[in-house]
Amino acid sequence: MAGAISLTPRDISATRQVARTATAESALIRWTLIGAAVFFLVVFLFFPLAVVFSEALAKGVATYWNSLRQPDAVAAVRLTLLAAGIAVPLNLVFGVAASWAIGKFEFVGKSLLTTLIDLPFSVSPVVSGLIFVLLFGLQGLLGPWLAAHDIRIIFAVPGIVLATIFVTFPFVARELIPLVQAQGQEEEEAAMALGASGWQTFFRVSLPNIKWGLIYGVILCNARAMGEFGAVSVVSGHIRGLTNTMPLHIEILYNEYQFVAAFAVASLLALLALATLVVKSAVEWRARRRNGHSANWNEEEVVA
Amino acid sequence: MSIETRDVTKKFGQFVALDHVSLEIPSGELVALLGPSGSGKTTLLRIIAGLEFADSGTVRFHGEDITGRSARDRRVGFVFQHYALFRHMTVFENIAFGLKVRPRHLRPSKEQIRAKVEDLLELIQLKNLANRYPSQLSGGQRQRVALARALAVEPSVLLLDEPFGSLDAKVRLELRRWLRQLHDEVQITSVFVTHDQEEALEVADRVAVMNEGRIEQVGSPDEVYHHPATPFVYNFLGNVNLFHGRVDEGQTSIHDAATGQLLYVRPHSLEIHRQPNGASHFRATIKHIHSAGPLVKVEAVSEWGNAVYVEMSQEQFRSLGLSKEELVFIVPKDVRVFQETRK
Repeated sequence: MAGAISLTPRDISATRQVARTATAESALIRWTLIGAAVFFLVVFLFFPLAVVFSEALAKGVATYWNSLRQPDAVAAVRLTLLAAGIAVPLNLVFGVAASWAIGKFEFVGKSLLTTLIDLPFSVSPVVSGLIFVLLFGLQGLLGPWLAAHDIRIIFAVPGIVLATIFVTFPFVARELIPLVQAQGQEEEEAAMALGASGWQTFFRVSLPNIKWGLIYGVILCNARAMGEFGAVSVVSGHIRGLTNTMPLHIEILYNEYQFVAAFAVASLLALLALATLVVKSAVEWRARRRNGHSANWNEEEVVA
Repeated sequence: MSIETRDVTKKFGQFVALDHVSLEIPSGELVALLGPSGSGKTTLLRIIAGLEFADSGTVRFHGEDITGRSARDRRVGFVFQHYALFRHMTVFENIAFGLKVRPRHLRPSKEQIRAKVEDLLELIQLKNLANRYPSQLSGGQRQRVALARALAVEPSVLLLDEPFGSLDAKVRLELRRWLRQLHDEVQITSVFVTHDQEEALEVADRVAVMNEGRIEQVGSPDEVYHHPATPFVYNFLGNVNLFHGRVDEGQTSIHDAATGQLLYVRPHSLEIHRQPNGASHFRATIKHIHSAGPLVKVEAVSEWGNAVYVEMSQEQFRSLGLSKEELVFIVPKDVRVFQETRK
């Protein structure tokens, strides 16, 4: 469509704009693309975000504040922080270890490991939740043993933490693998030849080189950990004040027609997303300034 | 400190990188490992450094067996082809690194480290760039920083992997003269890897020519150039013309087809005459003349249809007054014959 219309303008602009580069498109195509992007951004991002805040504050700040102070809401926030607080550090350690193994060594099953790391991305979160139910639920594989020892995982906090860890574990690793691979091992070899021990090499040479990628991965991981719905929903059991995370709590409130309360909690998550974006941009900006052109991590993952 | 490798063998899967390599490097010498890519020279250097470990054979420093020791404990200075500077550290921090990571009881004081680094910055003539990051330096500057970083820990041997490989021609020439000077001052046993014969012949005290995981010849630049031990060395260290023929009691006769021995002649050992002058000669037709540069290079086709390369001085060329498509007589002056003992 746009191609047919732009034929003549492009020919004209080709003769006029001498400084144009070979890959640059004509003005018409450029503005069409930018316009489309802005349109989608407004309709699918800015507009919903504005609705969240306006609905949350529809009955005044006092009501907004009150709905956030409900014990159930506070419990949900607390559980979300707990789940993220456990999942993010664990995935940080796992991510660094996995990216190291994959980026620096050759071993049997390397491609299998790379594929497995992606599994949580490719499997529906609901299915991930069900896996845990099938494993740890009463009728599950380990259910009878767990019941006999009075350990509760499904419909309890451990299940929620497990599901969160599972769903978020690719983030840090995916961020670091290309980075570690691109850097090779020469700097580590140089450090070793200069007499540095393994830990010294890691903390003084390897870690600083992946620092910004690592922070970026942690930010994404944290955002997803706090916002995860599907997997957590399956294992949670929706017990108010006990096993409801923020996203689950929002759903319950919404289904009970408590719109202000629902949007009030939702606004917290939205704020988290906004804060994440700000931190992420700041990190990217700093990384680019520090490393010049070498801050080339992939931008494919969007904040959940 | 002297270096000795004995019967070092290394395989990468099916590929034999080093095949029973024995090499002795006396203390204080600057030795070049010269060879084409895949000849095993870098692998040998990395095994000496402890960055790679041999499948069999031993490595000794100063007579002491250090085969199993890690790079960390060998006290080697290693300079990488692509510098491998720590990109998040300044030039100063890069050079100071080796001193800062020492165990507390061996670590010099802050002031001592500063003084040492400043000395080295002086040596590499980069004093004013101490606070720059590697990304802000040119290739030649980075390589000098890498060298200073390796020297900071006062290594017992200095190992350089294609140290000038990724620099442009001019900087390369400058830097290798500088390395030669530096070595004369510091007198540290040094080994450098290169595929550039000119570089090896110009910089090194001795050259070890490597091919397919073996050492073909070790000797002074003069020796390996003028008295190559194998056809490979002869070939690798300069241009060469190949003829079939035979040498009998100093008399060279060159004949056509694949009969007789293989004769090796350097382009500057072929003389062009316009008339037959009694000496053993063959006929050739001149095809191209390249006269830019100190030497004139003449390409001709012999009477048997082989390409022949001849080099002569500008004066000789002028006095001969050669032109294209001219029929000339070529006399080989210095012919090398290798006994067909291998392959």
